[in-house]
Amino acid sequence: MKRIFVNEKWCIGCHLCEYNCAFANSGIKDMVKALKGKNIYPRVHVEGDDKITYAVSCRHCTDPICVRSCISGALYIKDGTVCIDHDKCVGCLTCILVCPYGAVSQDENGAVQKCELCLKNSAGAPACALGCPNGAIVYEER
Amino acid sequence: MKNYVIIGNGTAAVGCIEGIRSIDRDGKITVISSERHPVYCRPLISYYLEGKTDIERIKYRPENFYMENGCEVIYGKSAVKIDNGKKVILLNDESKIFYDELCIATGSDPFIPDFDGIESVGDKYSFMTLDDALAIEKAVSKNSKVLIIGAGLIGLKCAEGLRDRVESITVCDLADRVLSSILDSDCAQIMQRHLERCGISFMLGDSAAKFRGNTALMKSGKQVDFDILVLAVGVKANISLLKDIGGMCGRGIIVDDHMRTSVSGIYAAGDCTECTDISCGESKVIAILPNAYMQGKCAGINMAGAQEAYDKAIPMNSIGFFGLHAMTAGSYFGPEQNGEIYEEKSEDKIKRLFTKDGLLTGFILIGNTDKAGIYTNMVRNRIPLSEVDYERLKKSPDFVSFGAEYRKKKFGSVV
Repeated sequence: MKRIFVNEKWCIGCHLCEYNCAFANSGIKDMVKALKGKNIYPRVHVEGDDKITYAVSCRHCTDPICVRSCISGALYIKDGTVCIDHDKCVGCLTCILVCPYGAVSQDENGAVQKCELCLKNSAGAPACALGCPNGAIVYEER
Repeated sequence: MKNYVIIGNGTAAVGCIEGIRSIDRDGKITVISSERHPVYCRPLISYYLEGKTDIERIKYRPENFYMENGCEVIYGKSAVKIDNGKKVILLNDESKIFYDELCIATGSDPFIPDFDGIESVGDKYSFMTLDDALAIEKAVSKNSKVLIIGAGLIGLKCAEGLRDRVESITVCDLADRVLSSILDSDCAQIMQRHLERCGISFMLGDSAAKFRGNTALMKSGKQVDFDILVLAVGVKANISLLKDIGGMCGRGIIVDDHMRTSVSGIYAAGDCTECTDISCGESKVIAILPNAYMQGKCAGINMAGAQEAYDKAIPMNSIGFFGLHAMTAGSYFGPEQNGEIYEEKSEDKIKRLFTKDGLLTGFILIGNTDKAGIYTNMVRNRIPLSEVDYERLKKSPDFVSFGAEYRKKKFGSVV
């Protein structure tokens, strides 16, 4: 299956992936309306220091510890993608306790959110990769 | 065709079923379930009382789970005896079930001390099962005064679940702090203050000495009147099936890292077992859901004839009360045990990282729990501090501290 891969050599730390992610998952058609003047809660985040930056999002692990550890049965694997059923999630945050990549986070209401490869939203393919100006985030088979 | 039997129908049983089916699609699987419910999320019973889940959503697996996995579930019956020579299990209705491979996943039961006068208490409950939650739900009203014995995970989650349904909640515990199994005293104080602000009353360092009807006479001499009593003192692993046939048991059934018990052909998984906590090297009962699932899955794979080891068990908990989250993992060694502690602290936030012998052995985070899994991973996988920039990592859980090679491996390939 296709996954997100990161090449930190090309990352310029512009944080566009965070904005594209927040927009794609906002359900709002107009990017300005979706993001302007708001705190954003993207499912990808850029880390780094003064020398290096890179984007981190769910690795869609082949044997994901978040799914094995989920106490509500809300996290599940569908065709290799690690997905979350928001209706079942109770916000215990066990997934945040166990994700080795720090890739699961909370949204503005404290509910758990994670990258689902934009397969459930209108972007259709990961907006972070589609919008990365430098090819530092790619969506491909490896 | 192999004949698999699982005694118990909780999380470890699901792990076991999924483990077996990852190897063997054809063998027969029989599940013996003393509870009359399909598998549900046991830790969610407090969320049920709180209204954050319901009877449908609390299910751990979809409706068709047993059918899809070709399992027969025997509801409402329990195993009373194993004959490991004949490989047969005797149930409480005297029926017999034969097995080739057996997994004991019997979990634990509430431990109820022999309180003087406990039989005179009308409305008393444990808080371990969905049926307990449903019974408590029926019993409480807006005017109920609730007394909870035990300020551990079970007692306090029960308090949270009930707060908006009752008039008052008092929690007592012989320990001098809340959550004494997972928090040290400074951290416990932060959580206790928060719980008190949210309307929960405490009597710590004190417990019921005896009961006279709906009055508890405390060890301190105080009296507490209540309408509903919840007993959340502790739990005991259900080990008798294996112990009765001479299997090795401590406080739990002893298993190796393949989930084999000391009796040939019998595996065990979940809260009924005792295994090595790799953060301190001691054998202990680690009664948490992730452990139950991972042990169950490991047992299932081995039962089906493949090889799988699970040797990364550590205690870990993510537990929130009224919006304040605590995350803990591993073992806490202070300076008196040659450990070192890194701390960041403010009014209602704390971070404590415990290191010893060049490893991160455990942590406590309250308040800011973002990216805690990066620390958990250090503990579970015993990543030497010498391989990371710990001076940076202890302040900021991210991957700058891990170096370019590590990042390339983790973010540039399938993991």
